[in-house]
Order: sequence, then C-alpha cells, then structure tokens
Amino acid sequence: MMISIILFAILLIVGSTFFFLNSKKIRRNILLGKDISITDNRGERLKVMTLVAFGQKKMFARPIPAILHLFLYAAFVITQVELLEIIFDGLSGHHRAFRALLGGFYTFVLSFIEILSVLAFVGTIAFLSRRNLLKVPRLVKSELNGWPKLDANLILIGELTLLCFICMMNGADEVLYARGASHAQNLGDGSLGLAVTSHLGPLLFGGLSTETLHIVERVGWWGHIIIVFAFLNYLPFSKHLHILLAFPNTFFSNLKPKGQFKNLFEVTDVVKPNFDPSYQPVLDPNAHIKFGAKDVMDLNWKQLLDAYSCTECGRCTAACPQNITGKALSPRKIMMDTRDRLVEVGKNIDANKGTFVDDGKSLLGDYIKHEEIWACNTCNACVQECPVNIDPLAIIMDLRQQLVLEQSSAPNELNGMFTNLENNGAPWQFSPADRANWIHEQ
Amino acid sequence: MQEKIARGETPDILFWVGCSGSFDDRAKKITKAIVRILNHVGANFAVLGVEESCTGDPAKRAGNEFLFQMQAMQNITVLNGYDVKKIVTGCPHCFNTIKNEYPELGGKYEVIHHTQLVQQLIDEGKLKVQGGQFKGKKIVYHDPCYLGRANDVYEAPREVIRKLDVELAEMKRSREKGLCCGAGGAQMFKEAEKGTKEVNVERAEEALSHNPDVIAVGCPFCNTMMTDGVKHFNKEDKTKVLDVAELIASANEL
Repeated sequence: MMISIILFAILLIVGSTFFFLNSKKIRRNILLGKDISITDNRGERLKVMTLVAFGQKKMFARPIPAILHLFLYAAFVITQVELLEIIFDGLSGHHRAFRALLGGFYTFVLSFIEILSVLAFVGTIAFLSRRNLLKVPRLVKSELNGWPKLDANLILIGELTLLCFICMMNGADEVLYARGASHAQNLGDGSLGLAVTSHLGPLLFGGLSTETLHIVERVGWWGHIIIVFAFLNYLPFSKHLHILLAFPNTFFSNLKPKGQFKNLFEVTDVVKPNFDPSYQPVLDPNAHIKFGAKDVMDLNWKQLLDAYSCTECGRCTAACPQNITGKALSPRKIMMDTRDRLVEVGKNIDANKGTFVDDGKSLLGDYIKHEEIWACNTCNACVQECPVNIDPLAIIMDLRQQLVLEQSSAPNELNGMFTNLENNGAPWQFSPADRANWIHEQ
Repeated sequence: MQEKIARGETPDILFWVGCSGSFDDRAKKITKAIVRILNHVGANFAVLGVEESCTGDPAKRAGNEFLFQMQAMQNITVLNGYDVKKIVTGCPHCFNTIKNEYPELGGKYEVIHHTQLVQQLIDEGKLKVQGGQFKGKKIVYHDPCYLGRANDVYEAPREVIRKLDVELAEMKRSREKGLCCGAGGAQMFKEAEKGTKEVNVERAEEALSHNPDVIAVGCPFCNTMMTDGVKHFNKEDKTKVLDVAELIASANEL
C-alpha cells in the first residue's frame, strides 16, 4: 500500500512539474510577440468567452460535428470531477472514499460521467473514421501530412484508451462489489449502481476470478490516471492545446467590426504633420521602425496566442475562396506555420541560454510563401469560421505590409495600382479632373 | 459640394461616389441610379466631384499603409473642411474604410451604405417601391464581403429587394457564409495566383445554379466580377447582374 502511495505521489509531482515547466515555455514564446494592450470591455469579453469557448457557439454552424464534439468536450469537463477522488484515493490509500460520504449524489455524478463516456466513445470512433475512412476534404489537405495527421490520430486513440481504462476500472469494481470483494466500503447495497458499468461490467468481466478482477480494476485505475497525466504533458506539444487556450483566445477576441483593419501609428506619426502642421510627432525620427512582420517576433502576442490555439480543424481553409479555387493559400497553414516557426524560435532560445541566435530563417519566405500572401481576398471568411476566434487575416496583412513597406516586393500590377493612386487618386489611370464627368454624361 | 457651399447651402448628406462609380462605365450607371433615388425623394445632398479621391482601401489591403494614410488624411481634410456629418457611399469598400478606419485618423462621420439609405427611405415612407418589371422575377442576392461579414449588414439589401415583390432565392453560401466574388483584398487589380479556377467563376456558378433572372449585388466590384462570371457561362441573356439601387430605380421608373 505504501509503495503505491509513493508511486502515485511521484506521478502527481513529476506530471504536474513537467506540465508547469512546458506551459511556462509556451507563455514565454507567446510573449516574444510585440506587446499590445487588450484590457477594454471586460464584460463583453467574458460574454464572448462564455458563448464561444465554453458554449461552443460557433461549432454549431455544422451541427453534426458540433454534437459529436460536444460529447467529447462534456465528458472531458465532467470527468475532471472524478479526478478529485482518484487523487484523494491515490494519496490516502482509500478506495472510492467519496462514495460513503456523498451517497446518491456520488452515484449520480459517476453515472453521468459514464453516460458521457459512452457518448464520447461514439464521438471518438466517428472522428477517427471521418479522418481516416471518410477522408473529409478539410481533414486530408496537404498541410496535414506527417505530424499533424499523426497528432490528430494519437489524441483520438489516447481518448479511446482512456475510456477503456475507465470501463475496466468501474466494470471490474462493479463485479467485485457484487461479490463483496471490492475494496470500496460495503454499504450492503449489492451494487455500486453505476449507470453503464453495473450492466456492462458483469457482461465483460463476470467470468473472471476475483483475483484477476482485482488486477483488471487496478490496471484500469492506474491506466486512467497515467493517461490523464500523459495527456496533460502531451498538450504543450500538440494541437490539442486548444482545450485550454480556447478560453483566453476568445477572451482576447477582436470586438471591432471585422472590416476594420488597424491603422499603423508609426505611419500616422509621419503622415499627419503634412496635413496638420500643429501636430508634433511623438516617435524618434532616427529610430529604425520595422513595418509589418517578417518573423514571429514581429507579430503581436495575440497573434501568437492564436497560433497556439489552433486545433487545425480547417474550417477556415474550407471557407477560403482562394483555397476553394485551388490556390496555395490556406489560412490554416498560415496558423500552423506561425506556430511551427515560433516553436523553432523557442528551441533556439533554449539552446542558446535564453537569447535568440539568428538562424537565417524567417516566417515569411521560409514557411509562408509570397504566393500565399498575395492570393488573399481579405474577405474575412476564415475569421468568421474559426470556432475559437483566430484571425489568420491579421497575420496575412502584417506579412503584406512587410513585403510592400520593407521589401518593396509587391506584384507588378499592384505597384502600378499604387502609382495610379498616388498620381490620380484612383487605382486606375484616369485623370482626377475627369472624376465628375459622369454628372454630365447621358 | 463646392457649389452648394458657395450658394450658402448646407447639404444634409454627402454622396461618396467612389472611384469605380466615378470612372467605370458600368458602375457609373449605379451611381446615376443612386442619384435618381436621392433626387426622387428630394434629398438635400451633394458630391465632392473632383475633390473626392480614393479612400485608400486598395492600398491598405495591399499592404501600403503609407499610401492609405496619405489618401485618408487628404480626404478627411476635405470632408472636415465642409463640416460633413453624414455620408452615403455607393461602394462597400468606401463604406467600410470611412466608417471604420477614418475615425482614428480624425474623420468622424455617420456613414451608411446606399442599400441602408434606400431601406431608411422606404421605412420613413419617403420612397414608395413597386415591383414594376421585376415583379415575380427570381433574384439571387450576393453578399459583398465588406458590407456583410466586415460590417454585419445582411438584412438591409434583402429587405429592399423583397419590397419589389420578387422571389428572393438564397445561395447556400450566403450572409456570414457568403463567398467572395474574388475582387477584394486588391485582387481586382492583379492576376490571380496559380490555381484550378477563378473565384468569380466559382461564385457565378453557384448563383446561376438557381437559374435567376437577376443576380443582385451591392458593390461595383462584385458587379464586375459577377458580370464576367455570368459571361463565362454564356448566360448574360438570361441573367442580369444589377445593383440593388438599379433595381429600385428602374422598377419605379425613376
């Protein structure tokens, strides 16, 4: 008994410490981004977070995946309650300590978890087949080849394994309890009364000896908690991190109209004196200002949080007019590239004692090609679609600004349009003096 | 505007025509339809004429923030000089830029899109609308991105169209899910990247699948793209691409 308590305590401490350290690293990476202040409208932000992250409002644009996803999500959230008992039992050497304390409420909560687990099982099988058998277009695009595809399948297989362990743990215990051999306090009621495993347990494990059942129950119990900690420590390396970051990411959502793109103050500060002589520039004219973004450090922290929050569902890409018509642009790839580059920069910093050493690479060029950036219609379909309010368009715009203002490498036709605008006040080659001609034309 | 001010008049509304509405032969017809509606209701309005200049939208979306802010501040100087309070635009891109991006640069006005103005005029009883030649016809409305998703204006154009006593059909990709015509983000001014299809062909195909008499739009750029898309399928004799303002003006013989 003592050994198992010590083992459990070690698992708890090591599992939590690793998670804490890796989370700190992600936080540091996100804060490599430029500082922006998002402190306004807290009430409205809480509302958006509650509706979009907690309530999964935007998922319901596609009802069937939304319901299947809800099964997994609800099972995940409610199962955390059971963890409380597992941790208590694990550290104190009790078995189902809360049952005698909570009585009927205990049976209700655990039964609820079991029913959700069955639904989650259905959902997970559906998601696995959708990815691997049905091959839904947005889930088999080229940017998912390799690790992203494996990542998605590992998560789903991990979930299935977890559900199997729960079934073993509860199912075997139900049979043991009925035989009067469970380590749980015998309340003389003949069954733990769990909604699913009181029926499924005898069916699956009824033929096993009491000795074997004890082993099955322990394997289930330990398997469950080990998978939970494995998952927790897998999160920082996986797209599955969205289960945590969806909340802050929606809280810091853009609340302005989607068509409103930010005005660069660095530009206003230079342009304004031409029109308002009384305006005093506030920025140092000799300081080197970088326009737009070439690498992840040039993006702001919300854009980097966006990248870590992406779970690669591809609804953005499925709605993108340019992707639909076969162009290289995929908003999901923009987010995946941003995260991959950020992870690479983070590793560089770790390897070089806390400072980034130039590796000759950048987000723009090495990860995201000019062809992708220039294809965008700025139509906001990707922003609208994202179930956790990620904004791929904001990154695309920053990269465009970099190309135009720092590298002067816009496509030729666009340079022509700029020239027309400068000379004629219109994107075409018409004389500004002819602007009102329509008034007198028939 | 200059003339009205010189005569000591203060117009209630400034009609912002936009580059397309000023120079493009097809879009000029939309401009005139809007003017006919404004004149019909006796609106006290003015245009800037040669003092108007591009809002800077295509420059901004193409990444040229300097050029955008130069254009913006030049326009704001003119607008503020005339003490403009209310602006109606003929183009969703001008609408979005002036409404959302000018205030921070010193240009604060009440800005509405022409479909919203028409709806207001109908609601206020100033404009009576009949179906006329469009009565009973089938119309599909295409949401311009910068009116719809960008600014959540979905209903005004639809309500106006419904007043024409027509059958208003909805594409599967409409409102929040509307598919771009392919012009936005400065794509209007360049060739598309390598792909399998043009965006406007994809969108026109979807609209034409309803076999409509009219594809209604609220944006001169969407108008160009959808017109080209309809021509791609050789359907220009059966299906017309018309702005909501044109529908109202010609149905009521304004």
